[in-house]
Amino acid sequence: MTTQNEQYPLKKVCIICAKGSIEDVYAALVMANGAVMEGLEAKLFFTFFGLDAITKKQINKLHTATVGNPAMRMPGGLPFPTLLGMIPGVEAGVSAMMKSQMEKLDIPTVPEFFEMIVAGGGEIFACKLATDMFKLKKEDLIDDVVDIITVGQFYEMAGGQGTQIIFV
Amino acid sequence: MAEKTIAGATVNVNAEGYFENPAQWTKDMAIEMAKDYNITLTDKHFALLDFLRQKHLGGEQLSIRKVGTSGIVDVKEFYQLFPGGPLKISSKLAGIPKPMSCV
Repeated sequence: MTTQNEQYPLKKVCIICAKGSIEDVYAALVMANGAVMEGLEAKLFFTFFGLDAITKKQINKLHTATVGNPAMRMPGGLPFPTLLGMIPGVEAGVSAMMKSQMEKLDIPTVPEFFEMIVAGGGEIFACKLATDMFKLKKEDLIDDVVDIITVGQFYEMAGGQGTQIIFV
Repeated sequence: MAEKTIAGATVNVNAEGYFENPAQWTKDMAIEMAKDYNITLTDKHFALLDFLRQKHLGGEQLSIRKVGTSGIVDVKEFYQLFPGGPLKISSKLAGIPKPMSCV
């Protein structure tokens, strides 16, 4: 295992983020940032609801789902009743609480994370099909976005030995 | 634990070359170790190494973000000063353990 790792080290990760909830976006951001921290090349590709994370209007308004999320717990660990999650404002409150917990752990905000990834040489892309579908233009997206690209262009980027594609 | 001679002195390092005892570190060792990464250390590099050592000795967990808010460099400059894994390389050159941070 060790010799294989040394023989074929990971060199590049291409990460696809297709969901727009806080935890999914953070999973993609942590992996991309972790990659540049390790000296790996990182490409981040946002599609479908993941586009919220790079849309100027939505980037600071990401939420976590309080309905249909069986792992959701009350503070203290009791199950979180689905009916409670339906009440207006609850999802926003829970999301705000999650963000404050992350701040305490020194986890950057979403815009700051993008800044760090780009500073480390990582590149951010948006999916053409999904931007067309959601009627988003390049100027609707944050400045860190390099380009709106097709799936074919994404695969072209994913070439080379030691590349992995990760889907979030 | 392994022993390694850096800049004429013997120090204890782990399997990956990180110092076991930060007190054994000197600036000359940092200069010599930096050659492995093709880095010529400047005053700015040393200011950062000092910052990392102080934070480590103060018991703080280090992250790229903390270095970015150190007032010495921003995140982009940090990547430029230590290309190819800034936090890991700078920690090694600063004679402190490998950083255990995910951000």
